[in-house]
Amino acid sequence: MVNASHTKKILERSYIIVALILLYTPILLMIIFSFFNTSAFSFKNGFSFDAYESLFNSSNSKKLEDALKNTIIIAAVSSVISTILGAVAAIGIYSMSKRSRKIVENINQLPVINSEIVIAVSLMLFFVTFKFPAGYTRLLIGHISFCTPYVILSVMPRLMQMDSNIYEAALDLGATPLRAIITVIIPIISPGILSGFAMAFTISVDDFIITQLNKGTTTGIDTLSTYIYSSMHTAGGLKAYWFAAFSLIIVLVVGTLLLINLRKYKSKAHIKIQ
Amino acid sequence: MEQGKMATDKIIELKNLCKSYDEKPVVKNVTLSIKKGEFVTLLGPSGCGKTTTLRMIAGFEKPTSGSVHISGNDMTQSPPYARNVNTVFQNYALFPHLNVFNNIAFGLKFKCINDGTFFTDKNGVKYANLRKFTKTEITNKVKNALKMVDLEEYEKRNVSSLSGGQKQRVAIARSLVNEPDVLLLDEPLGALDLKMRKDMQLELMNMHKKLGITFVYVTHDQEEALTMSDTIVVMKDGVIQQIGTPQKVYDEPANAFVADFIGESNIFSGTMIADFKVEFCDHLFECVDKGFKFNEPIDVIIRPEDVKICNPDEDITQLTAVVSSCVFKGDHFQITVIINGGEDYEMLIHDNIECKVNATVGLCIKPFDLHIMHKARIINEIKTEMWDFNIVEISGGKFPCNCDLPSGTKVLVSIDFDDVVIHDDEDQGIIGGEVINTIYKGNYYQCVIRTDDYYDFFVDTEDDWLKGDRVGISVNPDKIVIKKIEDTQNGD
Amino acid sequence: MGTKIKNISMKIASRIKNFRITRSVFAYPYVLFLMMFVIMPLVILLINAFIVNEKFSFENFANFFNDGSSVDTLMFSLLIGIITTVLCILLGYPVAYILSKWSSGRLIVLLFILPMWVNFLIRTLSTRFMFEAIGIKLGVGTLIFGLVYNYIPFMILPLHTTLSNIDKSFSEAASDLGANPINTFFKITFPLSIPGILSGITMVFIPTISTFAISQFLGGTSSHLFGDSINTKFEHQLYGVGSVMSIIMLIFVLISNYFMQKTNKGEAARNLW
Repeated sequence: MVNASHTKKILERSYIIVALILLYTPILLMIIFSFFNTSAFSFKNGFSFDAYESLFNSSNSKKLEDALKNTIIIAAVSSVISTILGAVAAIGIYSMSKRSRKIVENINQLPVINSEIVIAVSLMLFFVTFKFPAGYTRLLIGHISFCTPYVILSVMPRLMQMDSNIYEAALDLGATPLRAIITVIIPIISPGILSGFAMAFTISVDDFIITQLNKGTTTGIDTLSTYIYSSMHTAGGLKAYWFAAFSLIIVLVVGTLLLINLRKYKSKAHIKIQ
Repeated sequence: MEQGKMATDKIIELKNLCKSYDEKPVVKNVTLSIKKGEFVTLLGPSGCGKTTTLRMIAGFEKPTSGSVHISGNDMTQSPPYARNVNTVFQNYALFPHLNVFNNIAFGLKFKCINDGTFFTDKNGVKYANLRKFTKTEITNKVKNALKMVDLEEYEKRNVSSLSGGQKQRVAIARSLVNEPDVLLLDEPLGALDLKMRKDMQLELMNMHKKLGITFVYVTHDQEEALTMSDTIVVMKDGVIQQIGTPQKVYDEPANAFVADFIGESNIFSGTMIADFKVEFCDHLFECVDKGFKFNEPIDVIIRPEDVKICNPDEDITQLTAVVSSCVFKGDHFQITVIINGGEDYEMLIHDNIECKVNATVGLCIKPFDLHIMHKARIINEIKTEMWDFNIVEISGGKFPCNCDLPSGTKVLVSIDFDDVVIHDDEDQGIIGGEVINTIYKGNYYQCVIRTDDYYDFFVDTEDDWLKGDRVGISVNPDKIVIKKIEDTQNGD
Repeated sequence: MGTKIKNISMKIASRIKNFRITRSVFAYPYVLFLMMFVIMPLVILLINAFIVNEKFSFENFANFFNDGSSVDTLMFSLLIGIITTVLCILLGYPVAYILSKWSSGRLIVLLFILPMWVNFLIRTLSTRFMFEAIGIKLGVGTLIFGLVYNYIPFMILPLHTTLSNIDKSFSEAASDLGANPINTFFKITFPLSIPGILSGITMVFIPTISTFAISQFLGGTSSHLFGDSINTKFEHQLYGVGSVMSIIMLIFVLISNYFMQKTNKGEAARNLW
């Protein structure tokens, strides 16, 4: 009996370990081969940092830098606008009548549930129909439109958890509605606003399809993801420096998220112990 | 002069206050004046409109009609921050991102006071020059408030680290520090445990005495209301049932509802035979009431502690009864007896004597302990129209009846309380409704069923229907009495 | 400095009207934004699908259904979507189930989710290089591997949330009443985890059929998915047929979302973020 449950435990543990190995193998391989200056997974060029060096001094360094800049600028601008728009809207939606709130929440849900290709295509048709200037305008509008719903989704629960009398208590104590919102509601929902901002930023950086379809062919604007895509389609495929770039991105993303979540996990465990 | 005196005397005046949500009336025509320094309790079951009334005084809700006067000024349309009243909320509503000190100081930071100088504009209108409180003033005020609620050491504490009772004290301090004319308390002790409640009741009463400001207190706990208030306002379904001192409300309830809601009581249906003579439980009693119509059906209310148990052979014995249960309740026995008469009537008695189950006892009730009141209604009467021959429309339902008036005839329908049949399954009745009240009347229950178009059916039934349940209603066609209403006013 | 001097008339109160209205006004800019940039584009999509030469017509629909290759792509995508989803359930359920029993489960689920935040192009390309290095020919098999690899976190997360929220006393009660562990799983745990499975299905199935680029990188030359062929149609300026295909996609999205809302009100899905 003891033996059976022991084998079961070992089986379970090995299943999880194998699954994790499978999940991480491709990206770990990418990191390993970034040190072999290669454009395929092969060791033939020997260990070197050449790939990383060519990030900065190859003919494409400028384009790569531009793509990185674009990615960050678009993500920063659109996530800031999304956060302001979304946080203010959430406060408004919260105090709407039940029926109109339901309607707005359902429309807000559309970009979240909708398939990205449909959003991308419909935005493209819209921009073409109304002759929006190609380039940053289209991209920013596009990014704001699919980032803001996430801000609202992360602020709304905070508002719902808030004691419904809090706002009234502030008015009761003499604060005008605007003062009450600034001094009471916004501080209380600020964790939601912050995580909404982080989410909007990440989603914007991560986006490929909507950017790809709306960047326009003649503007020459590329974000990292669209640049990767177009590099893949150029003759000869990816160059070695991409391996280095990918590895940096992987380490940066996984590392940051792991750190943030570990801290969250630890503080939660701490509360539990208390 | 006269008016000036009125204004200072009455701090809050509610005039014909009504409030509906989506056409559904919650507060109906409430008129109430509250004197300066009074401790007034709005008492009633949940959903009776007491909290809505309080929120209209605070300014969180705008009345549908009627007006709210505070200190003689019409404040009906004023927002909460412009009213010099403060609220203590049921769940405290402390700001979670501020510590105890900043929670209490919150209101002071918005307050403007006269700095002692005045300003006259071109038109000769005189304004007071206003200033904000200084930091030291705020600190002193907060410290005083904390001292008042015994939380002097707590100013730096995070509000989430406080216990329920401490949070309650902070909430009270936060309101009182603004020196409001009126303190509104919305079931403030509802979230506390029993012992804490008792302590806080005393503390609130002391605070009220010390500060001398007006308290308006909302609760559903009748004991709390009786202990604390100067005046109790009993509400039911958005209507004030009775306004009076705790003693008056307890001893002389205005109607069966008040009697049933406040304290325990026996309610029986009876008849006034003559002045000072009433018949109920198939027995004749002397009473102290007069002026009723001959043979008028009335309700008799008897408090359980007003019934004395005695030896059945004694002279004072008015009734004999058989004990069906006897339970020790700490300071008294709760005894249930069955009174033998034409029918069996159940009566609840509180007495110090222990009785054996099945023993026969004598009962004695003093004349002035019989509270006699008019019945709210003696028959269900509905003005409606015929739907078709032998079918009458009541509250949107088509009731078969024996009446050959043509469709569209205006009629008055009368149905006796015990002719209405209640069905457990809403679909089995002709119309559906919600049980809004049930009162035990010795040997039957009187229920009030509210239909979807807000007609209240009074129903006498054998069963205890649960308040808030949806039920179906039907009536035997033979029991529906229909009278044609002659058109006296055309086009009405 | 602390004393500010202001003149305030007694009528301050009546100046401010209904304060409730002022707060919902905050939502109006965003409502306007939604109308402009979420609803309008979808309306224009509809117009493009149904209006041919300024007249209402089903021509685009006819073109789509008569063109065998487009319908074939749709069918192929649905098939690939089903296979991917089933594989995600079969492989992801044990992971979620095992982790729901571990005390460190939450932390390890995090490890399963983390790669998801690395851009999918990078992950897809890494997989492709891996296959090329081992010498496996790109085709339907590698495509399905890539899809499962990409979307399995979306299955594990809602499943884990649902499974770890199931009250332990249910299975304790079941074994108390004489059910063996296998019976307990199939009669208690599994039925209670169905909402998680359903939201996992919607979160895997829809992105799979509408995905763009993965099949280009991993599917070899022949295996194209519906998302790619929508893109191709628009690249070739075939707006009408492209819109029809987008609307078909949208219908799939709405149907699956309807089922998801019905079963669990999107709770499990929302926990993803």
